[in-house]
Amino acid sequence: MSAVITLAVTRRVLTQLLRDHRTLALMLVVPCVLLTLLWWMFDRNSATFDSLGPPLLAMFPFIVMFLVTSVTTLRERSSGTLERLLSMPMAKLDLVAGYAIAFAAVALAQALLAVGLAVGLLGLEVAGPVEMLAVVAVLDAVLGTTLGLFVSAFAQTEFQAVQFMPAFVIPQILLCGLFVPREAMPDALEALSNLLPLSYAVDAMQRLQQSSDLSSALWGDVAVICCFIAAAVVLGAATLRRRTS
Amino acid sequence: MPAEPPSRVATRAGRRSQQVAISIEGLRVVRSGRPVIPGLTARIAAGRVTGLLGPSGCGKTTLMRSIVGVQKIAAGSLTVLGEAAGSPPLRRRVGYVTQSPSVYSDLTVRENLRFFAAVLGADVAAVDDAVHTVDLADFADQRVDKLSGGQRSRVSLAVALLGDPAVLVLDEPTVGLDPVLRRQLWGTFAELAANGKAIVVSSHVMDEASRCDWLLLMRNGEIIADGSPEDLLTSTGAADIESAFLALVESTDAA
Repeated sequence: MSAVITLAVTRRVLTQLLRDHRTLALMLVVPCVLLTLLWWMFDRNSATFDSLGPPLLAMFPFIVMFLVTSVTTLRERSSGTLERLLSMPMAKLDLVAGYAIAFAAVALAQALLAVGLAVGLLGLEVAGPVEMLAVVAVLDAVLGTTLGLFVSAFAQTEFQAVQFMPAFVIPQILLCGLFVPREAMPDALEALSNLLPLSYAVDAMQRLQQSSDLSSALWGDVAVICCFIAAAVVLGAATLRRRTS
Repeated sequence: MPAEPPSRVATRAGRRSQQVAISIEGLRVVRSGRPVIPGLTARIAAGRVTGLLGPSGCGKTTLMRSIVGVQKIAAGSLTVLGEAAGSPPLRRRVGYVTQSPSVYSDLTVRENLRFFAAVLGADVAAVDDAVHTVDLADFADQRVDKLSGGQRSRVSLAVALLGDPAVLVLDEPTVGLDPVLRRQLWGTFAELAANGKAIVVSSHVMDEASRCDWLLLMRNGEIIADGSPEDLLTSTGAADIESAFLALVESTDAA
């Protein structure tokens, strides 16, 4: 691996993203609009907004980043630039890490904006520290990015990449504990939800919402999310092939 | 540096002998169950422009991808500059231009070149040199998707020139270019070859054959002729390369 090459990839991806004003605006604005919609829905019931807000703060950036990343990396595959890069002295991990860092920067902006809006303007109240809410939101966005990078390896067209969203993401949303507490699910589904990254993201958010101290369970969730991020980066790099048929 | 094999190939008129840059032994490539290249052996010399000519679908791109090391091969060996094709030391020394331009359309010409230069470890001066070589200095700060098709292929070519590679593999680089520019590019290829580089250029347009120092004529994944343009004309008694190709096809089909 080479830091120079990784950062060259990061700079290039950011240049491309900053140039695509519409995508950038969608990435930054959509989570905020959705949160506002949620707040408005529970206009008369701020307690419900307080309990649903944090899990959704984990979910919206996760979904948006997953989609954007999987389509962007697929574009790199279909344009022939991926093959060109892999015929050059570039480590596979350079490419994936370069992408992950670039999208993490966008994820940071996105998560800070969403948390700022929810807490500052919409009056979201959580027991835990707001900064930690932001940290977990950023990690979830990065998680969405790295999973998007990984699954894009299995898509041949942009149509397929978009279909991975219902295939990979909606089951995680259903099983993450937002609709039914995970302990109350049938055993098999609870076990399955224990394997899914979004469950830990939502758990962390719910802990922050309910308790003012940073428990070891919260740090455990954060550690699991970080492991999923690292695994997705390594697996994403492993799916790249220098030789194709 | 690995020891180069002492093998040499005779050039036209035998004035100079040249170092083998690419050596292909019994190459076999199977794609979706079909042997695209059943078994191919050839040598390509440094210091000249070798034209890989043949109808579309004859395996030119597959052969080029094999030389660059991005093609899965079923059997055989491929050596480039004394190393196995596609091995890490070659990733800096082999430049490859695909048929459709492999550059980022939402970046400017210069941004593309700077990025690839960083990957190749080439310096900033290499970016300016490459821009000039492909005659895009006036367009360096234009986005690639605002350029014409011919200009885009030249951006892709400029990327391949960045690392000053010893071997350049160019898949149909002159398609869609106007005649003036085409002549200019062939001039560039000749210049690079004169500096000792091995240039492999594919084309399905037979009249580009006269621009090459050496020709490999391909059909159905096999090399049906290997020689200088003059040799091919003499041995077939044909007036041009297209007729020579047809004469060779007829004689192989008859055999």
